[in-house]
Amino acid sequence: MNELAADGGPLAVYGRGRSYGDVCLNDDGRLILMDGLDRFIEADWERGRVRVEAGLTFDELIKVTVPRGWFPPVTPGTKFVTLGGAVANDVHGKNHESEGTLGRHVTRMGLARSSGDVFVLSPEENVDLFAATVGGLGLTGVILWVELQLLPIRSAFMEAETFAISNLEAFFGVDEESRDWPYTVAWVDCLAKGRRLGRGLFSRGRHAETGALTVHDDPKVSMPIDVPGALLNVHTIGLFNGIYRRRPWALGRKTVHYDSFFYPLDAIASWNRLYGRRGFFQHQSVVPTKNAEVTTRRLLELTAEHGEGSFLVVLKRFGDRPSPGILSFPMPGVTLALDFPNRGQSTEHLLAQMSDVVMAAGGRLYPAKDATMSAEAFRAGYPRWREVEAKRDPIIMSDFWRRVTKDAI
Amino acid sequence: MSRVLVLGAASAIAEAYARRRAAEGAHFGLVGRREDRLAAVAADLRARGAKSAETAVADLAAIDGIEAAALNVRARFGDPDEIVIAYGTLGTQGEAERDLALARRILDTNFTSAALWLLALLKDHPAGAPLTVVVIGSVAGDRGRASNFIYGAAKGGLDRFVEGLAQKYAHTAVRFVLVKPGFVDTPMTAAIAKGGPLWATPDRVGRDIHRAAMRGRRVVYTPWFWRPIMAIIRALPWFIFKRLKI
Repeated sequence: MNELAADGGPLAVYGRGRSYGDVCLNDDGRLILMDGLDRFIEADWERGRVRVEAGLTFDELIKVTVPRGWFPPVTPGTKFVTLGGAVANDVHGKNHESEGTLGRHVTRMGLARSSGDVFVLSPEENVDLFAATVGGLGLTGVILWVELQLLPIRSAFMEAETFAISNLEAFFGVDEESRDWPYTVAWVDCLAKGRRLGRGLFSRGRHAETGALTVHDDPKVSMPIDVPGALLNVHTIGLFNGIYRRRPWALGRKTVHYDSFFYPLDAIASWNRLYGRRGFFQHQSVVPTKNAEVTTRRLLELTAEHGEGSFLVVLKRFGDRPSPGILSFPMPGVTLALDFPNRGQSTEHLLAQMSDVVMAAGGRLYPAKDATMSAEAFRAGYPRWREVEAKRDPIIMSDFWRRVTKDAI
Repeated sequence: MSRVLVLGAASAIAEAYARRRAAEGAHFGLVGRREDRLAAVAADLRARGAKSAETAVADLAAIDGIEAAALNVRARFGDPDEIVIAYGTLGTQGEAERDLALARRILDTNFTSAALWLLALLKDHPAGAPLTVVVIGSVAGDRGRASNFIYGAAKGGLDRFVEGLAQKYAHTAVRFVLVKPGFVDTPMTAAIAKGGPLWATPDRVGRDIHRAAMRGRRVVYTPWFWRPIMAIIRALPWFIFKRLKI
């Protein structure tokens, strides 16, 4: 790292680049690519504790751990992210209410800084740096390795239940009733208005007790080209929503493989190309419990009014398990995530409006998904950000951090 | 269970291939120059399922020491049923044309030492015992090109050498797999600008080697598209070839 520093110019650390915005980008600058650092350092298969280099992806990790009866305690919606990146974004999964974020399950990690030091961080050692690094967006140094406590599983399969919910109230109702299911999430039809606002599908699951410990296959389908952006519009999305809601084969209780339960999008490699060359923006926010229903309603109303459709609208409750990370995104409340095809000004305007609604309700936006968060919104949502800035490695900078801290550091 | 001897175990391609064998529960003997690297590879392979992974430090390119080193390796690891020759050095063509010591190093490392290691290891191989020998060559060896003929000739020579061995051992339990990768994104090519569909990951190459070794293919181009590309390049008549800037 010292040599890199000497060459001048800041660097950002880059895993697999699956963050939706600019947390791991560095315009006109340099990146440290972590994909070569992908070894297992140590594995205790009795206790389910593994120490791995930070460039290893969940995909590679589970290929090794699942046959041995272990699973990541928290997993994001795609396997193709690195452990380092997952810790740096303090990712959450469908089981936030029971397990919190990934940072809670990191027993130790190794961090290299440009001073030449390599620190071991944990909840007991170098605690301030640990808190700054979990969710710290790669700013405190290069995470070299992560030691994780895994979850024991008896089967690679999940018992899953999916059923229709008629509107937002129903979501809150069902969510209450699903407390003994560790994994819960809802998909919502963002074009539904009025009484139907928030209608969609609720899905809940748990690891099955029986079944083989078979590993997933690699994705076979890939989008080879960017499709014309106009293909994804309110009509096609509306049609999709209509069909998706009614899928008779998806409703009811089924046994499914962990791959389709946790990583449905991974089935199509390069799915982002469906959005064409202009791409898409994602909004993911969390609002506190006390305002959750009202604010979520308002956000969905804004989306429906705007008429911009989104296929992937996820609604989920967050629990109160605290994260050790200073910049950790979840808070007890409800999170909403949606993609919007990039139509330029109108999309940015919608995102800004949604951001205002979220901030007014005392919530915040998720840096890992963000490309447009204003500096004010960031600082209001993460009032302890200066503590992370204080621990930032001087040779590291990302476009995101530049954007949200400008004029303030 | 399989006993795999890897010369150049810290090589990205070797590691990618070894991981697949580790998942099958092989035993490994890992040889290379850097102890710390070998230890890291060994730990990774063990975590991924290798029944054992032992390491030995040796300068594989030190020609005078090869015979003794080979005996040493056999004493330490026993008789392997698979040998992987995966070490090499790319060098820089332009510099090597003027710096003969560099040119010699490229030729000696990639060709002479590899050839001698093969002879040394085969010499003491128990007659009749099955053995698969995987040698990492390169598409660069398929034809002498102005841009890379020093490295290319070394790999081309190795190609001929392994071909001869394959003919000699054709009706025995010893078989050879000559792997010819094209552009692979590894530390060896770190200085070269990457991009475009021709670049492969070590993982992809490792997978192709695994398939080829299982099926007993003698020559494998990886990825597959290098086979037709090099077939064309080899077939070009001189009056056309001499005009190409490759």
